[in-house]
Amino acid sequence: MIHSLFLINCSGDIFLEKHWKSVVSQSVCDYFFEAQEKAADVENVPPVISTPHHYLISIYRDKLFFVSVIQTEVPPLFVIEFLHRVADTFQDYFGECSEAAIKDNVVIVYELLEEMLDNGFPLATESNILKELIKPPTILRSVVNSITGSSNVGDTLPTGQLSNIPWRRAGVKYTNNEAYFDVVEEIDAIIDKSGSTVFAEIQGVIDACIKLSGMPDLSLSFMNPRLLDDVSFHPCIRFKRWESERVLSFIPPDGNFRLISYRVSSQNLVAIPVYVKHSISFKENSSCGRFDITIGPKQNMGKTIEGITVTVHMPKVVLNMNLTTTQGSYTFDPVTKVLTWDVGKITPQKLPSLKGLVNLQSGAPKPEENPSLNIQFKIQQLAISGLKVNRLDMYGEKYKPFKGVKYVTKAGKFQVRT
Amino acid sequence: MTDSKYFTTTKKGEIFELKAELNSDKKEKKKEAVKKVIASMTVGKDVSALFPDVVNCMQTDNLELKKLVYLYLMNYAKSQPDMAIMAVNTFVKDCEDPNPLIRALAVRTMGCIRVDKITEYLCEPLRKCLKDEDPYVRKTAAVCVAKLHDINAQLVEDQGFLDTLKDLISDSNPMVVANAVAALSEIAESHPSSNLLDLNPQSINKLLTALNECTEWGQIFILDCLANYTPKDDREAQSICERVTPRLSHANSAVVLSAVKVLMKFMEMLSKDLDYYGTLLKKLAPPLVTLLSAEPELQYVALRNINLIVQKRPEILKHEMKVFFVKYNDPIYVKLEKLDIMIRLASQANIAQVLAELKEYATEVDVDFVRKAVRAIGRCAIKVEQSAERCVSTLLDLIQTKVNYVVQEAIVVIKDIFRKYPNKYESVIATLCENLDSLDEPEARAAMIWIVGEYAERIDNADELLESFLEGFHDESTQVQLQLLTGIVKLFLKKPTETQELVQQVLSLATQDSDNPDLRDRGYIYWRLLSTDPVAAKEVVLAEKPLISEETDLIEPTLLDELICYIGTLASVYHKPPMSGPPLTTSSVQMGAVDLLGGGLDSLMGDEPEGIGGTNFVAPPTAAVPASLGAPIGSGLSDLFDLTSGVGTLSGSYVAPKAVWLPAMKAKGLEISGTFTRQVGSISMDLQLTNKALQVMTDFAIQFNRNSFGLAPAAPLQVHAPLSPNQTVEISLPLSTVGSVMKMEPLNNLQVAVKNNIDVFYFSTLYPLHILFVEDGKMDRQMFLATWKDIPNENEAQFQIRDCPLNAEAVSSKLQSSNIFTVAKRNVEGQDMLYQSLKLTNGIWVLAELRIQPGNPSCTVRAPAPTLRPWSLPFVPCQGVVLVEDAVQASLQAWLEPESVRSLKRTFLESFHIHPVRLPR
Repeated sequence: MIHSLFLINCSGDIFLEKHWKSVVSQSVCDYFFEAQEKAADVENVPPVISTPHHYLISIYRDKLFFVSVIQTEVPPLFVIEFLHRVADTFQDYFGECSEAAIKDNVVIVYELLEEMLDNGFPLATESNILKELIKPPTILRSVVNSITGSSNVGDTLPTGQLSNIPWRRAGVKYTNNEAYFDVVEEIDAIIDKSGSTVFAEIQGVIDACIKLSGMPDLSLSFMNPRLLDDVSFHPCIRFKRWESERVLSFIPPDGNFRLISYRVSSQNLVAIPVYVKHSISFKENSSCGRFDITIGPKQNMGKTIEGITVTVHMPKVVLNMNLTTTQGSYTFDPVTKVLTWDVGKITPQKLPSLKGLVNLQSGAPKPEENPSLNIQFKIQQLAISGLKVNRLDMYGEKYKPFKGVKYVTKAGKFQVRT
Repeated sequence: MTDSKYFTTTKKGEIFELKAELNSDKKEKKKEAVKKVIASMTVGKDVSALFPDVVNCMQTDNLELKKLVYLYLMNYAKSQPDMAIMAVNTFVKDCEDPNPLIRALAVRTMGCIRVDKITEYLCEPLRKCLKDEDPYVRKTAAVCVAKLHDINAQLVEDQGFLDTLKDLISDSNPMVVANAVAALSEIAESHPSSNLLDLNPQSINKLLTALNECTEWGQIFILDCLANYTPKDDREAQSICERVTPRLSHANSAVVLSAVKVLMKFMEMLSKDLDYYGTLLKKLAPPLVTLLSAEPELQYVALRNINLIVQKRPEILKHEMKVFFVKYNDPIYVKLEKLDIMIRLASQANIAQVLAELKEYATEVDVDFVRKAVRAIGRCAIKVEQSAERCVSTLLDLIQTKVNYVVQEAIVVIKDIFRKYPNKYESVIATLCENLDSLDEPEARAAMIWIVGEYAERIDNADELLESFLEGFHDESTQVQLQLLTGIVKLFLKKPTETQELVQQVLSLATQDSDNPDLRDRGYIYWRLLSTDPVAAKEVVLAEKPLISEETDLIEPTLLDELICYIGTLASVYHKPPMSGPPLTTSSVQMGAVDLLGGGLDSLMGDEPEGIGGTNFVAPPTAAVPASLGAPIGSGLSDLFDLTSGVGTLSGSYVAPKAVWLPAMKAKGLEISGTFTRQVGSISMDLQLTNKALQVMTDFAIQFNRNSFGLAPAAPLQVHAPLSPNQTVEISLPLSTVGSVMKMEPLNNLQVAVKNNIDVFYFSTLYPLHILFVEDGKMDRQMFLATWKDIPNENEAQFQIRDCPLNAEAVSSKLQSSNIFTVAKRNVEGQDMLYQSLKLTNGIWVLAELRIQPGNPSCTVRAPAPTLRPWSLPFVPCQGVVLVEDAVQASLQAWLEPESVRSLKRTFLESFHIHPVRLPR
């Protein structure tokens, strides 16, 4: 089970440690630092490290390392999932998961960690339950607390803790009863030089924000549920009902949560909403090259593509870039060699382009590797897979809730090879 | 308002200020003060001086304050055990509180205070809480049993908590069931042999019911527990599979992978003709692919497991090749794993796509990744025959890029392709030769030389090429030297006329100027072959080579089956069965950790069949077998006495024959066997290292884990020359007894780590206790007498040694050679009584009485249980009871189980009296 946890920032300071069993010396982190040094890049530190007496399992989130110390056999995924859950909880409580936020709330952090894990066994990780046990900090509450002397620790057993629906607290009350669903789809794709798709798939999630009084029992149905053949469910969903009727039936947790995540696999055709024309060339025996990219809409279902950003990791020998753009603005960082072009919206009448000269280190050989273009974009009001919610019904409560569904498609890991 | 304010007071009088605030009358001020204390604690400041003041705040109605004080207590109770007792009353009171939250909190916190004195008080409240009406309290108490077991295992067993815990598996609340399973699994890890989780169809049914209702974490525990069950037939297996399958759609990836493990394991039992079998296979693919869209850390673990799964059942993911395509912003550890799986999935159907991808990767920035991509192209060629040509042409394209490391990797893999498809692609040799000068890595140089030698007849200037390498012969690495030697000999056999001089040159370089025995030997073999029978030489050197296949990089099937059972565990990440992980050595897990250590340890022990079992240890010696030959370690007792020879003139103590400690298959080809000796006051470990791998081993080092007698290497492991394949070296490693001490089980267990250039390997062995008997072990007569009298009679035990046809002198001299000394001798009623003493390296004295009846071929030993308990560890003195290793084992068992004492007594014939006593210094 999880023995200890160390939080480490990017400059290698251990700024928080928590032990659930006996105390493990900080020096165990030296093995981690060693691996970090070897990896050069923070993102490349291997997540499982073995040391003579322990295993270290770590995650990298929001510029922080969460390093856990393991002494007995335990599934590594269990530890990694838990660590992400800890980071999520910090995010949830403090609005951000950063060193400053954690230090500012160190006592709450300690209380939370104590509540989440007992002797290495997860105890309460559901946000709903945690919030009943330990109230999140707000300016108002701390003022009220200091006047009334009340505390931010709940003193009754959370009601959901042991019921058959541990994710929902009892006695929820709202004046406005609302249920919102966000269908968010991300396209992961690799496009090759010639513009054809090497690989594409859609990672979708339905995030819900449910503010409903009492114990509502919801069922959500889709126009085309067949699209969903690879789905991961929130524990609240009744699996049998989905198997037989393809309806999502559930008693929701209170507040924000992820209802399902799904994958529309590469077997189905995935529409690619943008195309990129590119020509990047370096001349042999000369210290310059040409750079020219144009971006345009492809299968966008008639919607506007916005928030386009193109990032390119240029080869090491590139010294500088002199470019002109027809739209948006660009920056080139000569240290990291990253070119970022903030394009904005595409208007089909005038396609945005970025072109100009690349200055190379003189005397250096022509770069071998071709830089990949990494593209970000966003399309509102569209789920690119075609998934559509049909209706939402509520049982168990009398009031009429306000309902809403929003769709958005984004680029995930969307990469164009040149 | 933020907590950072608690960090601001760093003045000198901080502790003093806090003390004042903690004793304040105002509740609010008190709470703030405790918060400050906790904040200081988190950053590692020592605030233990405030212990009494903080504990005083414990009796409060304010739950937050109570929790904070508890937090503090858990951290500091260990350093202030006497003070911690002050808190016990409040704990006991809180365990009776009407609020279940407080009851649970109290029992939970008490379990975290790792102070022996407190654990005694914990038992009663814990017993109540295990039967509490509120399931929240019960589930907390279940975990508490595991905590308590970690601190004091004996107490938990004596108090019957394990049975209560087992009962909780049938609890009505699924969360309680899950926690009970988790606690039992953890406890079972430290008792590998115990049958704590007794799984039967009824309990399985309960677990499956709880599985649907408990939290995600509980599901993991239950699934992992289910995986240990063996269904009685395929119908049961199928019904379990059916009930586990819905878990594949869980959002928590650890639940998914644990479910995959259960399914992969139970699928073995299903008939392949079953419709259900096919359905199950189809259901497994989507969740595995979904794991790859998670965070990179999760992806990594998932990929390591998928690597095993695709080797076991390639059909599951055969259509999912594309999801393993590498994205350029994947972390390097994910990239390398994906690449590996791509090759495993490569088939005729998808090879075009795979090759196009690999070629793309070969132009990336990261050198490690590019190298692996190039190698992957070669592996594809070997795996998919139809693609070989395309692979070769891709490799040639890559060679044209002239990027140094790409060229070198390409040449290495082309050599492998030649070995798989001889006489097919030799046309490319010319292109390869153009790049000869740019090769600077030994592996690439060796590969190139191999190619030139192998195809010497088709390369016009082969002699010139090889000659160019010969100039710097002595600066080359062994790998290249060996290849060069073989290459030139091949060339000579093919073109004898022009290359006579060259071959002479290389043979003399190899045999006369080289220090490397491997190179020398090979040189001599060639030389003699060539000079005695050139025709035979041709047959040997130019013999047709067996073709290589892709199986070389597959995991061996039995290992694979074993690893499949460990899906989702650390073993699956390292692709090594649990034993070969790093040794975990805190007291709680040293012997435990079923998965990490236990199984492996057992199998290690298994290598010495008579070492522990305790049943064979009195194998009667037969006259024909000389003591030092052939006898397994286990018969050390009789060897020590050397009963048959009856001469007693052995110089030095008994030395067991070398036994294999680390078989080659467990250590990538390194075999280690050895034994222990004691000679003139120094202990040494005689090792024999054999290289059974195909590569040279260097950089040897050795380390011991902490052990009962503080044995440690007194000098580094000296292996002077690199160990070539099939070479064996004998090394005597001097040992000291000044290392750190930790009680091991069995007592004479020694865990050893040996490192070489390939990896680190772990094994454990048992050392014979008599190597620890020191030379000045003869006790003064008076002192002997005084000590002897002090030992109460009830501590006595008697043992007999059968078939011992020695007279008193012979026994005495025999024992003396092992540093067991005769203090006094007398004759009572025709029986010879010998009073023996010996001293262990750690200063423990052992006394014994030996009775020998002339004419009766047996001698008797009386052995009382210890009166003193040196080291304050339970059972430790037992090792002093009997003289040699088997007897040590026996007596150790004896004190643990009365039953074996009896059997022991039956086995021996008379009485043998030995007292372990630590004398005042």
